Amino acid sequence: MKIGVLAVQGGFAAHARMLAGLGADPILVRRPADLGDVAGLVLPGGESTAMLTGLARDGLEAPVRAWTRSRRPVFGTCAGAILLACGVAHPAQRSFTALDLDVERNAYGTQLDSFTAVVDPGGAFPGLHAIFIRAPRIVRVGDGVEVLARVAGEAVLVRSGAAWAATFHPELGDDARVHRAWLREIS
Amino acid sequence: MNAEAQKLKVHLAEMLKGGVILDVTNAEQARLAEDAGAAAVMALERVPSDIRREGGVARMAAIERIEEVRKTVSIPVMAKCRIGHFVEARVLEALAVDFVDESEVLTPADDQHHIDKHAFRVPFVCGARDLGEALRRIGEGAAMLRTKGEAGSGNIVEAVRHLRQIGRELRELAAAPADERMARAKALGAPYDLVVQVAESGRLPVPNFAAGGIATPADAALCMALGAESVFVGSGIFKSDDPAARARAIVRATTHWQDAAEVLAASRGLGAAMPGLAIETLTASERLANRGW
Repeated sequence: MKIGVLAVQGGFAAHARMLAGLGADPILVRRPADLGDVAGLVLPGGESTAMLTGLARDGLEAPVRAWTRSRRPVFGTCAGAILLACGVAHPAQRSFTALDLDVERNAYGTQLDSFTAVVDPGGAFPGLHAIFIRAPRIVRVGDGVEVLARVAGEAVLVRSGAAWAATFHPELGDDARVHRAWLREIS
Repeated sequence: MNAEAQKLKVHLAEMLKGGVILDVTNAEQARLAEDAGAAAVMALERVPSDIRREGGVARMAAIERIEEVRKTVSIPVMAKCRIGHFVEARVLEALAVDFVDESEVLTPADDQHHIDKHAFRVPFVCGARDLGEALRRIGEGAAMLRTKGEAGSGNIVEAVRHLRQIGRELRELAAAPADERMARAKALGAPYDLVVQVAESGRLPVPNFAAGGIATPADAALCMALGAESVFVGSGIFKSDDPAARARAIVRATTHWQDAAEVLAASRGLGAAMPGLAIETLTASERLANRGW
């Protein structure tokens, strides 16, 4: 199954490695034509401002926005989750309104405040170590959005149909459960 | 050393991949960098070519300078400290910058010792010309490497040399029989455990970016093609005719380094690049890459 990984900037290589390890065929997306026949799209971590600038420059913003709003499979992590949200604060910036969420960027502080945490018991991925790098925080979860994992009571992994978003980095480290679950969902 | 803490530092470096880190000296330049699509900025007092021209001792930037930049942008902010100046590094950590560059562009504070970077929570990037130097810096706790290149020269030849050198040494090490690793560690002047790790994985355990002498979109794409995972651009932007256009163009060429048509499009209409220096006209003491070991 071909899975597009947006490769304008950021942690696309780690996603591609993890997807390949799970038997998917990752396609790095840098031009509109690259979206051609992919079955799902990953929006990786990185700098959301840099990604938006690159998307607009390369004529990718409209097709990627349309993709994410079409209920086709999409998975945004960290900066990718920011792109999928409805409302973005700190500072405000445009987003794709693909998932009924509001997020706050760099909500935990600088790199010195980056951290790893085990998700709260009772979620879909027990014992998962979530890696937060200058992470955003989900400050509002819409009605149709299901929370799959929390840390300290706050939603960190959510889904609405085949659209998933994580404020942490499931592509880093060796635990591939989140990617595997998303792939199973969309195949 | 805490392996978990080291991983977090490397993870931020991972998120900067495929992007450009621009040197800026004030709020206006920082805004230009973020608008151009930079993945991070390096806040400093003077760009390397000015440091080279004006001479004297180059130190950590004024605190207000770094704060001014940080107030302006939402992307990560890096700052430089002098080689071996662990108190400048502590000050930058207390200021909560996102990355510290222990940089040969500033005048070294210690001619024998680099900073023990494991002692810090803030991640460090360090320059390296070859695999031995790269592994020594990683051994000290660097979370990211960059070529030294020859900063402020506008000449890409040294960055290319360093990328080629590290690539060649990685391939040689990966191909060498296991019972030669200790001798190779000795020859490289590198920690044995890191030599073993690199021999087995065939790659560096931290991202390696290019820096030093990048002046054009084609320079940036060349570095990416030679294995750099991202690029730092210092004097090349703000010493050129049209900094905003050149910054956008270098960001574009870094994303699309494999696509010559994109690099061509990025190379149009930029005006003049920064004036360059022939490396052989520099005396040994003028060569910043010779600082550190």
